Amino acid sequence: MNLNFWLIQSFNGISYGALLFLVGSGLSLIFGVMRIVNLAHGSYFLLGGYVALTVIWTTGSWLLALPVAALSVAVVGLLMERIFLRPLGFDPLRQVLLTVGFAYLFQQAALDIWTGNNFDINPPAALTRSVVVGGLYLPLYRVFMIATALVIGIVLWLAMEKTRMGAAVRATVDDAEMARGVGIDTSRISMMIFALGAFLAALGGVIGGAFLGIYPGLDFEILPLAFAVVIIGGMGSLGGAAIGALLVGLADNFGKALFPEISYFTLYAPMALILAVRPTGLFGRE
Amino acid sequence: MTGQRIKILAVIAALLAIAVVVPNMNPFLILLATRVLAFSILVMSLDILLGFTGLPSLGQAAYLGVGAYLTAILASRYQFGLGMDFWLVVLLGILSGAALAAVFGLLAIRAAGVYFLMITLALGQCLWGLAYRWNSLTGGDNGINLEVKPVLAGIDLSDDVAFFYLVFLLFSLSLLAMFVLVRSPFGRSLEGIRERELRMKILGYNTWLHKYVAFVIAGGFGGLAGVLWAHTTGIVSPETVILTTSVDALLMAVLGGAGTLVGGVIGAFIVFGLREYLSTVVPWWQYVLGAVYVLTILYLPNGLIGVPAWIRQRRAAQAKRQEAKKLASVPS
Repeated sequence: MNLNFWLIQSFNGISYGALLFLVGSGLSLIFGVMRIVNLAHGSYFLLGGYVALTVIWTTGSWLLALPVAALSVAVVGLLMERIFLRPLGFDPLRQVLLTVGFAYLFQQAALDIWTGNNFDINPPAALTRSVVVGGLYLPLYRVFMIATALVIGIVLWLAMEKTRMGAAVRATVDDAEMARGVGIDTSRISMMIFALGAFLAALGGVIGGAFLGIYPGLDFEILPLAFAVVIIGGMGSLGGAAIGALLVGLADNFGKALFPEISYFTLYAPMALILAVRPTGLFGRE
Repeated sequence: MTGQRIKILAVIAALLAIAVVVPNMNPFLILLATRVLAFSILVMSLDILLGFTGLPSLGQAAYLGVGAYLTAILASRYQFGLGMDFWLVVLLGILSGAALAAVFGLLAIRAAGVYFLMITLALGQCLWGLAYRWNSLTGGDNGINLEVKPVLAGIDLSDDVAFFYLVFLLFSLSLLAMFVLVRSPFGRSLEGIRERELRMKILGYNTWLHKYVAFVIAGGFGGLAGVLWAHTTGIVSPETVILTTSVDALLMAVLGGAGTLVGGVIGAFIVFGLREYLSTVVPWWQYVLGAVYVLTILYLPNGLIGVPAWIRQRRAAQAKRQEAKKLASVPS
């Protein structure tokens, strides 16, 4: 175990964290704004991957697949929020169960449309090469993942911190009732945040599909990891989601490399401990 | 006769009907009923938390998993629990489920509402992670196969009917025990906590301890369900402790009607029935399942068991309206 091992594993962990940030940041915002535990969030990830496959098969363009998949899944999320979740009001248990019902419906739909086969999303050839940095061969695709997450993170951060809309979102996270009181349309914000969350998760599905593959069951594999990101980082906090994603990505990679037999345990046990000691997460807003 | 008595008699009649009818059905249905009853113990244990204490657990499969892995490991490695020592395994299963809940409860009981959901999810994932990766103990992704069923005092449980009766017996005992529990003063105090925890605290109840004890008891029944589940399915794998198993248990409890114990059994019958029967008939069975969930949650917050009460209420409301109309038409 020399320096190279640590560098490569760190790089892999960070790039995996970048992917988790895409899934986790949306989930975190949804939770922060609406207090909804969305168990269909993994389905958005998977659906994003599947829609991208269809776009790639019909047009051959991977670049086109990114926006088409993300936008169409965002519409699915938006409809789900408007038609089903909104009328339910605030009842955590019923909301959770409703999102599970949808996760099962999406699962079946995906099985019908895209069969149960294991697919890979092939990125353009330009991204499949490796770059050499200081004697290390780094796959360019993972560099691309980190860059994408960085760009999206910065755009989200600017939108949240610098725009009027972002201020309204932050106000809703802190105290939805008070926000309504001062005239913020929290219902519209909930709808937009839900669509944004679905958009980001689907984008993650397209990007992650290149090295995770796209297969039935991936939805419920990625979901607990996304929750780990949200919980460790703190619900409703963008910066928290970024740090949470980085920690989970690194913990997952080093866990698998160093002590494979208990690798998931080393990920979820701290998550439970953090929740028990500090329910709002390490960086959550009180 | 009071309504309560009628309900109890109805449940006893249903149990007797199951005991008489099921063994005469075809082997597929006998196995299906056995699975339902074994899993129902887990669903009922969850109902103690969800329906009676107001704690929605998203990690109940962990206790099923502990009981099931314990049974499978003891049987496959040490040939333990295949004779009369099976009863010892049953006891160990209950104890291990309760012991795990005693540890998890220390972390989870502090949390409430959404946070309780999340923390039980995380704890359940801990177990899943161990089951999935700890190859040397759990067989990893492949799990552990249980080739032989126990032989109890000359009765070979590999006979489907004999095994059905064993599961039926333990299911009925669990139902009885949990019924007595929720009717006891302790059970009443749990309902009090569900309705308004602060008031119970002011009345001098140690609500943390009450919730903790309920959590541990539910874990014990979960462990028992696991022991039976291992022999019912013949294989114990990470699928047993995966998140969706916990979610299924939660859905079954809500589908049938939370806070009723038997509601969860009805939910289990419907879900397993759809999943294992309908799936052989039509390919789109999962749409039916998903639609049933969504519709139940949207329109039947009290679950299917609440349907008769809902109809009665509607009838009463209708009668009242007619009465009002009649009164209105009579000149005063």
